[in-house]
Amino acid sequence: MRKLSLCIAVLGAVVLTSFLSSCKKSEGSGHQAVVVWHWMTDRDEAFQNLAQQYKQETGKEVQFQLYAPSDVYSQKVRVGAQTDSLPDIYGVLGDARDLASFIEAGHVENLTARLGDGPGSWKSNFYDEALNTTYFKPANSFQVPEGFYGIPIDVTTIPFIYNKRLFKNAGLNPEKPPQTWDEFIAAGKALKRTGVTGFVSGWAETWLIYSLATDLAHNLMGEAKVMATHAGTVPYTDPDWVAVFTAFEKLQKAGFIDPSLVTLGNKAAEQAFSQERSGMTFNGSWAVNVYSGMNPKLDYAPFRPPQLGTKFPQTVWGGAGTVFLVNAKSQVKDDAIAFLKWMSDKKQASYLITATKNLSAVKDASGDGVAPVLKQFADLMRNSIHPNRFAVSEDPRVQEAMTKGIQSILIAEKTPAEVAADVQKAKEKSKSE
Amino acid sequence: MEQRAAQAKKTGSFNWQMASNYLFVLPALAMFLIFNFYPYIQVFYLSVFKWNGISMHKTFLWMANYKDILGDNPAWWKSMRNAAYVTGLALTFQNGLALVLAWLVDRDIRGGQIYRSIFFLPPILSGIVVGLIWNWIYQGDYGLLNAVLIKIGLGDLTHAWLAESSTALTALAVVHMWKGFGWGFIILLAGLQGIPRELYEAARVDGAGESRIFWKITVPLMIPVFILVSVLTVLGTMQMYDLVIVTTRGGPGLHTEVPMKRILDEITPGSRVGYASAMGVVFGVVLLIVSVVQIQLSKWFKAE
Repeated sequence: MRKLSLCIAVLGAVVLTSFLSSCKKSEGSGHQAVVVWHWMTDRDEAFQNLAQQYKQETGKEVQFQLYAPSDVYSQKVRVGAQTDSLPDIYGVLGDARDLASFIEAGHVENLTARLGDGPGSWKSNFYDEALNTTYFKPANSFQVPEGFYGIPIDVTTIPFIYNKRLFKNAGLNPEKPPQTWDEFIAAGKALKRTGVTGFVSGWAETWLIYSLATDLAHNLMGEAKVMATHAGTVPYTDPDWVAVFTAFEKLQKAGFIDPSLVTLGNKAAEQAFSQERSGMTFNGSWAVNVYSGMNPKLDYAPFRPPQLGTKFPQTVWGGAGTVFLVNAKSQVKDDAIAFLKWMSDKKQASYLITATKNLSAVKDASGDGVAPVLKQFADLMRNSIHPNRFAVSEDPRVQEAMTKGIQSILIAEKTPAEVAADVQKAKEKSKSE
Repeated sequence: MEQRAAQAKKTGSFNWQMASNYLFVLPALAMFLIFNFYPYIQVFYLSVFKWNGISMHKTFLWMANYKDILGDNPAWWKSMRNAAYVTGLALTFQNGLALVLAWLVDRDIRGGQIYRSIFFLPPILSGIVVGLIWNWIYQGDYGLLNAVLIKIGLGDLTHAWLAESSTALTALAVVHMWKGFGWGFIILLAGLQGIPRELYEAARVDGAGESRIFWKITVPLMIPVFILVSVLTVLGTMQMYDLVIVTTRGGPGLHTEVPMKRILDEITPGSRVGYASAMGVVFGVVLLIVSVVQIQLSKWFKAE
């Protein structure tokens, strides 16, 4: 009996020891696969196909591992960084501040030398807007060494989108979307009169609100003033900012928005728009893929966020999309970079366009059978802005005060002036730390 | 075995039996230390730093995070009030309903087993699925609830239930209670079935009515179960998260913000892991105090 107890105890200890040792990252094995973490459920199949094709061509194994939804993925990547267990290739969801913190901690390889320069270089494959989302200028505010830190795979734009059939039903010109905020309000009212919702969007996801607010701000006051606000030299109580918030108040007062707008997730908003319950929406170019799955007959087109001012150009969030980073501590760094180079080749990039209906970051790539509407999204890339390219990033707490405040305006709970004061208060608090 | 252990202690000789006993405990102890004790200590440690969760550098702040949470973070306290409101509703309506249904099923009604399965269905559904279903029910323009209200001539009562400040939190609480009452139901039913039937029979023989039996026999004997259910309700409700993410994401404004979401928002996208850790500590202390008060109150009721 005593021997039996001892055997069981020793066995238990062995099992525990082997469990704990299995938690350690495997090292030193002869041939290691390149491991890629990603969050894109809609692109996973295409990535797996590419990995298979790569193995056939080179004999080298690449494992794409999907972690979704995106907030779960974000947390996994952070834990990976804290425990030094990041894969060979991964992406960081967030703005330049987040990317900078990964770089500072030594988790991201500087790819400037690998990308090269001039005609025929790897760098020349990409659209500048796409590649620049991973570029840190010399003497940047994050104190990150200058360089390119990622490889863009696809890019997105986040414009307004309208339903041509519903526009026609409402007596609006289906080939002429609204250009100004007032035209947008008038179009929404006309749509509402026909029994559909004028505008829907997933504004429970506050980054969409922030995207539109920064578009309107750039259009009304120009990039320099927006950056000055981020830097703290222009207050959010400035009349231009109050005018931006007032645009949302006009939207609320017009009475054509989806009543659940501020608590709708983007997926629910995509369903509402694709099922023709709403005439206009604010969504990214990934919607082409989403809408083709939900309603292949949907007749729609994108348009720039309507103008608030005339002094500065209309901007649209764009240029950034999926960016893969190479783990600077990877033991198969060269293999990882070789795979990314292969993946961003014209042939593979074209396959990704066809399979995922996303805009490619690769200049010469073109997909088969891709809806012409995708090209219309691509054309909006001119005058695009993105937080990753902002000279000064805004504190997430200030962003939250702004987006939650805009939600309050949209439910008629706060005035634009009150929201401006709240945002400025959050700004002052963030500046004092 | 105790004799042998005492003897070994006395003689100072090594006892294999005792050693193997400790080895049996070792895996559980190691698991506890690694997965429970160490994280607690680490959260306390991180809570006094400014740290983005990635950087190699942490800035020691001493109690600054706590000072800010306690004195200058209205959004956090709004989320605590929201969670307390939902908890209050859950303690009364959710547990009240669970008790009534458990009491009815305990009375050997026809089809009791079927009811038991039906009532336990919501808790085993994923919070995400439940949230999506109720999103559709509550939707302002094409939701089921508004459609029914219009159909029965109560069109004036329609709302965008989750998007209006006056209804959002209560609407969310209803979903939470619908999803959660099955747990209370099962525990309370088990408690009711544990009460010896002879007590009821004896009371009836003595001429006690159903109401008197309920208040004088059922309630006193169920107090330990009530304590368990209410503690679990408080802890479960205060920590609600998934339903909020699927239905409202804390909106409109801050009307459905809850503490767990605030803590996670500080980590992503806030990148303030030290501050989030301090929030976690404050939240843990609040829950601990509430649970202790609850248990003491329940003990007092039992003594009364």
